[in-house]
Amino acid sequence: MNQFIEWIRQPWPWYVAGPLIGLTVPALLLLGNKHFGISANLRHICAMCLPANIPFFQYNWRREAWNLVFVAGIVLGGVLSAWLLANPAPVQVDAALASELAGYGITNFDRLTPPEIFSWPQLFTARGLLMMVGGGFLVGFGTRYAGGCTSGHAITGLSMLQWPSLVATVCFMVGGLAMANLILPFILSL
Amino acid sequence: MQSTVDTDFEVRTQDTVCVNESQLTHKWYHNIKYLVVGILFGIVFVKAEIVSWFRIQEMFRFQSFHMYGVIGSAVVVGIISVWLIRRFNIKTIYGESVVFHKKQFNKGQIYGGLLFGLGWAVTGACPGPLFAQIGTGATVIIIMLLSAVAGTWVYGRFRDKLPH
Repeated sequence: MNQFIEWIRQPWPWYVAGPLIGLTVPALLLLGNKHFGISANLRHICAMCLPANIPFFQYNWRREAWNLVFVAGIVLGGVLSAWLLANPAPVQVDAALASELAGYGITNFDRLTPPEIFSWPQLFTARGLLMMVGGGFLVGFGTRYAGGCTSGHAITGLSMLQWPSLVATVCFMVGGLAMANLILPFILSL
Repeated sequence: MQSTVDTDFEVRTQDTVCVNESQLTHKWYHNIKYLVVGILFGIVFVKAEIVSWFRIQEMFRFQSFHMYGVIGSAVVVGIISVWLIRRFNIKTIYGESVVFHKKQFNKGQIYGGLLFGLGWAVTGACPGPLFAQIGTGATVIIIMLLSAVAGTWVYGRFRDKLPH
């Protein structure tokens, strides 16, 4: 049993995680005709909290409550992982990335996100504010404009062989490649 | 009942891929099964480090195969699952036929996709990991999530002025 706990606490390889994530698609379809997708919840939260007579938010969000329950589960899953299954070792980071990040003063790999960028004190720096608030805004605006995120387009859409989802997924990658390699170095230097 | 059907049509025409396709209504506790799937999903997200900013940076710098393996194998399993459901007309646990919709192309998938890609590389988190990270105790990510909700709201507000 202890050996099992040791094993399960290590980072899981892609060939375990990927198929489990793929199985979410048929699980939700067969449990109740639900289409797996997470960014729709951001819209449901708008419709629930601040619809402001905007037509895009005038719909019966209660019918989509299942999805809000699903993301509440994701939060709980995060709590359980950190509480019971946490990996005590620092995150293994590729050597080239580690040396690049050291140049920006990012050397703490104890957590899944670097505290030099994503922490409360950093919210009051130009870099932290731009990356957390600016980045978050782009995620919310972009996913809804695209009609879905990595789960809705890249997983669900591609699973159903929808070519518009392939277009969206390619654009996610192009945007990410441009940001990480061309723009982010300037932001990280702030 | 009629209004519910109309509302669903409205969500669908406004480009949300991922909605409730069931015509059945259930008591609230039927949603507990989605909570359980969400918990399992959240654990996988954290344990495979999909929620890690470092893993996303490695992906966009081609320094690690991990994220490509995760997304690629998830899509393969998804394609096979959906094919099996269609091929054998597998019903939901309530006996309904599974509903599939053809997704319409619009230019939003390009413009929005590029903007989301930019944000994904900055935050190291797509919407799912945002929720999981908050669960792991990274409370500041609540600010990022609120900003993402604000982004969605601003899109909804100016939707008719944007090219689609």
